[in-house]
Amino acid sequence: MKKIGVFVCWCGSNIAGTIDVDKVVEEVSKLEGVVHSESYRYLCSDPGQAIIETAIREKGLSGVVVAACSPTMHETTFRRTVARAGMNPYRCEIANIREQCSWVHQAAKDEATGKAIKIIESMVEKVKLDEELYPIHSVLIKRALVVGGGISGLKAASEIANSGYEVVLVEREPSLGGRAMQLSSTFPDFDAAEDIVLPLMEEVSRSPRVKLMTYSELEEVAGHVGQFNIRVRKRLRYVDHEKCTACGLCIKECPVEVPSAFEMGLGKRKAIYIPFPDAVPDKPVIDAETCLFFKEGGCEACRSVCEPKAIDFDQQDTIVEEEVGAIVLATGYSLFPKEKVAEYGYGKYADVISGLEFERLNSATGPTGGEVRRPSDGKVPKELVFIQCTGSRDQEKGVPYCSRICCMYTAKQAMLFKQKVPDGQAYVFYIDVCSGGKGYEEFVQRCQEENRTLYLRGRVSRVFQDNGKVVVWGADTLSGKRIEVAADMVVLATAIVPRSDSKELAKKVRIATDEYGFFSEAHIKLRPVESQTAGIFLAGCAHSPKDITDSVSQAGCAASKVKALFAADELVSEPMVAYVDKDACVGCEMCVAACPYEARILHERKKIAMVEEALCQGCGGCVAACPSGASQMRNLTTDQVLAMIDAIS
Amino acid sequence: MQVIWQGETIPIDLSFMEVVNTRSGEQVQLCYHCHKCGAGCPIASFMDYTPDKLFRMAQLGLKRQVLSSSTIWLCSACHTCATRCPNDIDVTRVMDTLKEMALEEKIKSRQKVAALFHKGFLANLKRFGQLHEASLMAVLKLKTLNLFSDLKLGLKMFLRGKIALFPKRIKGRKEIRKLFKEIRRRGKVPQES
Repeated sequence: MKKIGVFVCWCGSNIAGTIDVDKVVEEVSKLEGVVHSESYRYLCSDPGQAIIETAIREKGLSGVVVAACSPTMHETTFRRTVARAGMNPYRCEIANIREQCSWVHQAAKDEATGKAIKIIESMVEKVKLDEELYPIHSVLIKRALVVGGGISGLKAASEIANSGYEVVLVEREPSLGGRAMQLSSTFPDFDAAEDIVLPLMEEVSRSPRVKLMTYSELEEVAGHVGQFNIRVRKRLRYVDHEKCTACGLCIKECPVEVPSAFEMGLGKRKAIYIPFPDAVPDKPVIDAETCLFFKEGGCEACRSVCEPKAIDFDQQDTIVEEEVGAIVLATGYSLFPKEKVAEYGYGKYADVISGLEFERLNSATGPTGGEVRRPSDGKVPKELVFIQCTGSRDQEKGVPYCSRICCMYTAKQAMLFKQKVPDGQAYVFYIDVCSGGKGYEEFVQRCQEENRTLYLRGRVSRVFQDNGKVVVWGADTLSGKRIEVAADMVVLATAIVPRSDSKELAKKVRIATDEYGFFSEAHIKLRPVESQTAGIFLAGCAHSPKDITDSVSQAGCAASKVKALFAADELVSEPMVAYVDKDACVGCEMCVAACPYEARILHERKKIAMVEEALCQGCGGCVAACPSGASQMRNLTTDQVLAMIDAIS
Repeated sequence: MQVIWQGETIPIDLSFMEVVNTRSGEQVQLCYHCHKCGAGCPIASFMDYTPDKLFRMAQLGLKRQVLSSSTIWLCSACHTCATRCPNDIDVTRVMDTLKEMALEEKIKSRQKVAALFHKGFLANLKRFGQLHEASLMAVLKLKTLNLFSDLKLGLKMFLRGKIALFPKRIKGRKEIRKLFKEIRRRGKVPQES
């Protein structure tokens, strides 16, 4: 026989002003199983809580109903109260007679009192069937995986490692650095990108707590928060980095020259190459797709000059398995594809280039040594047109969103151009200038005031080549006039888009993406760096377009989330999760499809659905979806709900 | 760069704005076209371009179009725009500069009366040291030969004592003339033609 105590709170006059609490106490005392009932002015106060504790101890209560405010207010408070008196906290329930009764029925006092009694009655029935639950403890591996070695990934890895936890950093390219490393300088202070990224690269690569895996890809992710099992494929470098002394002879000897992806195709690299000076690791890889040895056989120019015998054409793919407790995804972005910007002649005219290509032209280590020279004939351009929102804010041909960084880097590039070509003139076609950020609007104003960059408000309709010039047709909506500029070069601020395989990766790690393929956050305001899957955090442009400042902020925040997770000894989660009645489950997998947290999986052999308790958030989606009633929620079973309904009907 | 204006292709002279800047001491390129000047201008509806549009044309270097616009002559120099401009451009000063440049360039204004008024105003000021409305009106009427316009309004103003019959001469007329001389010596105001 259950011994249940009911405690009715007056909440000053909030409840007692409308509800006849004495009558409620009297009525509920008659209920079956209720052995104690009383009311008090403020149950949440210390003396109020003492009343509950005393009653539990003296009468040996096995369940408690506190009739008071909403459970979001004080459920935790009262569960702690009963726990202090030795009762299982999950057998304490709140009957909400304030928000759902007294506050909304102030004009109908008698009816409100009747309704309060019914609410309590129903809760008493629930408590009778409540089980004793205990928090779920699970293993916590205090080791993080960071995917992506750009500025966001580097920052996250550095912060986690500096807090004493181990980090596995996986980067797809041969070197760390990412997109930020491709930039010449940064807004709003013209800091050289290398000065920002290189120290981070150095720090991370030298950290004893960081296991660096460049030229590697995340192959598989299994498990859940606290205990992910990951498989990483190390791509073939054909160069033994243990033996290699980075002398560079092999690169010199290689007869193959192909466009360099790092230089955005504006410069060349060999088939055996280091992507850029100061790369980490600063040792070459062989690109098998262009290497003559792999294409035609025969050429072994690199191998024959390599003294330490580091070239190894017979290398095999290696798969590395790691265990981590949390994952930070910082996989960066791509640019809007060239072929979709055909109206601006991109890909057709050599002197129409993207913003990132212009960055390479301005970089001291770039193909022109930092001089602004146009790709077609190497001439220094005098008239330069920047076209903003290329692909961005274009529902029809591009993406509807704003890429957020283009207004600022265009202003920066126009200023760089003026510094390098003082007698040059820059024009910027824009629709709006979005310069929200510290010092950003001032920066754009400076570009117009001091550099005399002419901002023309309007979209460009056409770009075509004429007599060695790139002619731009556009409009100036401020004067209502059509504009024609015979420019020497055109720079397109192409939209930021997700990596082409971002959806694939999202599927691998079991997180959601938005309609474009950017990783989705759990809550746009309150949980902006967490994915919907516990233990997986987001940083940088893989989540949404953002500048370096915001990427680094988000990376720091993601690192903090990882550290907060690792600060506990083990993973403790709420026991109010789903469970499966094994006899009733038919393995239809409706629950698997319904679960937004990837907590429901089908047992391969037994063909019944299971619950990954560490992942379950107790939302009840699977319970609603289950056609056989096999999926149940702990302490909110179908039997309990029916009993609660019976009590009030 | 070229602007296509009513079917005509006009090469742009970006140095025009620099000249306007130097002469007026203002920074026309600061204008970001919020239109606040035009929104509050009491005469905007009579102008062919509101001040911000005129500034845009100046930014684009459309010299001829700017200097021949009625806006620069209709501006009554009330300073409402200059007080309100978020970029602190003294629009009135720029308008004055443009008037001067239009005179220098001998661009025929469509606002002859306004031009005559401005000239008469300055001559009147030079003579009496402060404005004498009656004589300014007389001069203007003789020059335009439009003798009977605004008679009713003039009479009303006279009856209310707004128009003095005889000019008041201030003591510092010499200083005023010196001022005129000094400014002319510096070459900022063109000779009356």
